Amino acid sequence: MKERNEGGWSPYLAGALSGLVSIGSVWIAGKYFGASTTFVRSAGMVEKAVDPERVAQMPYFLKELPIIDWQWMFVVGIFIGALIASTTSGSFRWQAVPDMWEERFGPVRWKRWLTAFVGGTIGMFGARLADGCPSGHGLSGSMQLAASGFVALVCFFVGGMIVARLLYGGGERP
Amino acid sequence: MTTLIYGLVTGILFGFLLQKGRVLRYDKQLGALRLMDMTIVKFMLSAVLVGMVGIYLLNDLGLAKLSIKPMIFGGVVVGGLIFGIGWGLLGYCPGTSLGALGEGRWDSVWGIVGMLCGAALYAEAFPTMKATVLTWGDFGKITLPRILGVSHWFIIPLFIIGGLLLFRWFEKKGL
Repeated sequence: MKERNEGGWSPYLAGALSGLVSIGSVWIAGKYFGASTTFVRSAGMVEKAVDPERVAQMPYFLKELPIIDWQWMFVVGIFIGALIASTTSGSFRWQAVPDMWEERFGPVRWKRWLTAFVGGTIGMFGARLADGCPSGHGLSGSMQLAASGFVALVCFFVGGMIVARLLYGGGERP
Repeated sequence: MTTLIYGLVTGILFGFLLQKGRVLRYDKQLGALRLMDMTIVKFMLSAVLVGMVGIYLLNDLGLAKLSIKPMIFGGVVVGGLIFGIGWGLLGYCPGTSLGALGEGRWDSVWGIVGMLCGAALYAEAFPTMKATVLTWGDFGKITLPRILGVSHWFIIPLFIIGGLLLFRWFEKKGL
């Protein structure tokens, strides 16, 4: 498949501008980028709808209350921003199985979906244990030169590279 | 309410840039983990290099406060490796999964549902983790300049030079 440009920007430019956005956010709102706590709050909201008394006395939901906060809106904003950027540049594509996955494992949807689900479950458990994801640790942590940010980032990549090697094998380079 | 609007606007800007930088895609995330395509590393490192200058400037001028996460070896290393395993399987991270959905890559929906389950599981496990893994090697909220005992304005230029050299190497290798 040929690589189409579709209005993409250099990752250096888009990244540097994201750095500026994050500076602005810290300056104006006093908020650092992060995403994984939002999944805790959302899970808490779902559980609260089922059994409010249980959620009310769970220590983790007392620490991270099941409410809509700055970060929750930030994560919703990421969805909207990506939707705007992709639809206005013609790069929006309704796709159930990513190209790279399809090349290796074929177009069978349930295999990809099951892997995504299991990966999501494992990943979020780890992110919460680490107290952050590539946004909170990787971006915000490293920007502040936090030891936890750098160590987390290395561990994220080590874990991910091992799995990528198991899934796709090593060796072949384009 | 204002805080929520700031969150939404900031998210929209960030989501827009993530999509423009092409970092939301499974192929790009796995491309980095397979050491074939460094797009996401270029994006992240560019953001970090710009961000560190601005944030330390704001901090020194008293216009913003740092918000450092504690360096708990047990949590950060074990949790980080577990996250990495999940990330390699899913191919999206928590923030980019929503962005991937925004550009129509709807396999991310299953990842989002999985992440909600993972968060719920962690909420169950939290008391146990707090008594075990999260007590292993707690060094508190430390930063690199604190550990090395030097000014952050000594470290930041080194990061920028190192980053630019790395970028040059990526471009030379066509990564």
